[in-house]
Amino acid sequence: MTVLERFYEGDIRALSRIISHIENGREGYRDVLSRLYDRVGSSLRLGITGPPGAGKSTLVNCLAHRLLKQGHKVGVVAVDPTSPFTGGALLGDRVRMSDFPTDGSFYFRSMATRGASGGLANATDNVTIAYDAFGFDVTLLETVGVGQVELDIVDSCDTVAVVVVPESGDSVQTMKAGLMEIADIFCVNKSDRPGAERIISELRQMLKMRKPPEDKWSIPVVRTVATSTDGVEELEEAINKHRAHMGESGFFEKRRRYQIRKKILTVLRNRFQNEFVDRLREQGDLDQAVDEILAKKTNPFEVGDNLYRRFSA
Amino acid sequence: MDKKIRVLLAKPGLDGHDRGIKVIAAAFRDAGFEVIYTGLRQTPQMIVQAAIEEDVDAIGVSILSGAHMTLFPAILDEMKAKNAGDIILFGGGIIPDDDKEELEKLGVAKVFTPGAPTEQAIEFLKKTIADKKSDEKIM
Ligand SMILES: Nc1nc2c(ncn2[C@@H]2O[C@H](COP(=O)(O)OP(=O)(O)OP(=O)(O)O)[C@@H](O)[C@H]2O)c(=O)[nH]1
Ligand SMILES: [Mg+2]
Repeated sequence: MTVLERFYEGDIRALSRIISHIENGREGYRDVLSRLYDRVGSSLRLGITGPPGAGKSTLVNCLAHRLLKQGHKVGVVAVDPTSPFTGGALLGDRVRMSDFPTDGSFYFRSMATRGASGGLANATDNVTIAYDAFGFDVTLLETVGVGQVELDIVDSCDTVAVVVVPESGDSVQTMKAGLMEIADIFCVNKSDRPGAERIISELRQMLKMRKPPEDKWSIPVVRTVATSTDGVEELEEAINKHRAHMGESGFFEKRRRYQIRKKILTVLRNRFQNEFVDRLREQGDLDQAVDEILAKKTNPFEVGDNLYRRFSA
Repeated sequence: MDKKIRVLLAKPGLDGHDRGIKVIAAAFRDAGFEVIYTGLRQTPQMIVQAAIEEDVDAIGVSILSGAHMTLFPAILDEMKAKNAGDIILFGGGIIPDDDKEELEKLGVAKVFTPGAPTEQAIEFLKKTIADKKSDEKIM
C-alpha cells in the first residue's frame, strides 16, 4: 500500500510522512498536493501570531481543548525559527500542549521556518491542505514569535488573532499600521499582569482612529489569561463572530479567492525559483558571467536578459 | 534539499530536572538538527504519539530517576504497538553498564553515559540515520 492510500484510510503515520514529503520538497510533492487538493473541504484556518513569549502556544492549547470538546477534529501547525547559522532549530511549542487525545482527533506538528522570513515556513500553507484533506475541520496556525509584522499568516488563514501582552505597549505603537492590516481580533494575553488596562485602551483608541474597513468588521479586543483559561471563551466567541460576519458579508469567499490567486502565483514563483534560478546557481553559468562582467565584457542586466531569454525559449 | 534530521527529546518519568536535556537540545540544534522538545513528565504514550506526529528520525530520552529499566521497555512496546519501530530510540542518564547492555539488547539503539560528549550522540545519529533505508512509496 502506498503512503497516500494509507493517508486516505486515516493513518496518522501516513499523514506525518506526507507532511515531511511536502516539507522537504521531495520529488513529486506537487502531484501529491494536487491529489490532496481534490479532498479539500471547508476546514477553518485560524492564525495566532504575536511577539515571542506572548502566550500563543498556551492559547492554542486552550482553544484546541475547547474545540475538541465541541466535537471538532483539530490540527495544529506551530512554527519556530531556523537558525540562519547552523540550519538547526529548537521547536518548543509542544511543551505547552497538555493531555490531548491520541485517537486521531488531535494532531500537532512543529515546523521550522527553514529560511522563510514571513513568520511561517514556505510549506506551512501546504500542510494546511494536507490537514484539510485528512479531515481536520479546524486548523490552528501558530507563527514564529514575531518582532515586527509578518504578513504570511493572512494568506493562509480565515481569521487571524494577534496576541499582545501588557509589556508590548511600545511595540504596539511601532507596529500600528501593519497590525491593523493583519488582525481580525486582538487578544491581550497575560492580562493578569499590570498594564493590561493601558494596552487595551491604547488598542481601542487606535482602532477608533482607523478608517472604516471595507468588510465593516469591527476588530474586538479580548483580554485573556491563557494560563488560567480566563477569557478564552470570549476569544472563541470573537472567532466565531468573525467567521459569521465574513460569511454573511461575502468577505469569506472574497478572502479565499484572494488567497487562491496568491497561491497560484506562489506555485509559479517556486517553480521558477527551483527549476530556473536554483539550477543556474548549480550549473556554474553564473561564475562565467561574473568573470565576463568583471572583464567589462558585459553587465548584470544584459546577462539577466540573456538568461531569461534562454529560459523562456 | 538535504533532508533535515529531526529528533524528539523527551523526559519521561517524574524527575524534574531538564537542564541536561536542554543543553543537549541546544547542541543538536547547533549541529543542524531540528529538535522537538516536549518537556517534562512525558508518558511513553505521549512520547511515541509526539514522535509519530512530528515524523522524527529518532527519539532521545533522558532518565535520571532510576526508572530506566521500566521506562525504556515501555517506550519500545508502545513504538511496536503503534507501528513505529523504525524510529531510533536512544537515551542517556545515570545507567549502570549491565543495564545499558540489556537495554541495547532489547532494542534501544544506544545508551549514552553521563560523561559522554554530545558530539558522540550527534555523530551516532548522523551515521545511523544516513544508513537507514526506506522502500516506502508515496503514491
Ligand atoms: N502570567 C501569565 N503567564 C502566561 C500567560 N499565558 C502564557 N504565560 C506564560 O508565558 C510563557 C510563554 O508562553 P508560550 O505559550 O510558550 O508563548 P508563545 O507566544 O507561544 O512563545 P513563542 O512560541 O516562544 O514565541 C510561559 O511560561 C507561559 O506559562 C498568562 O496569561 N499570564
Ligand atoms: Mg509558542
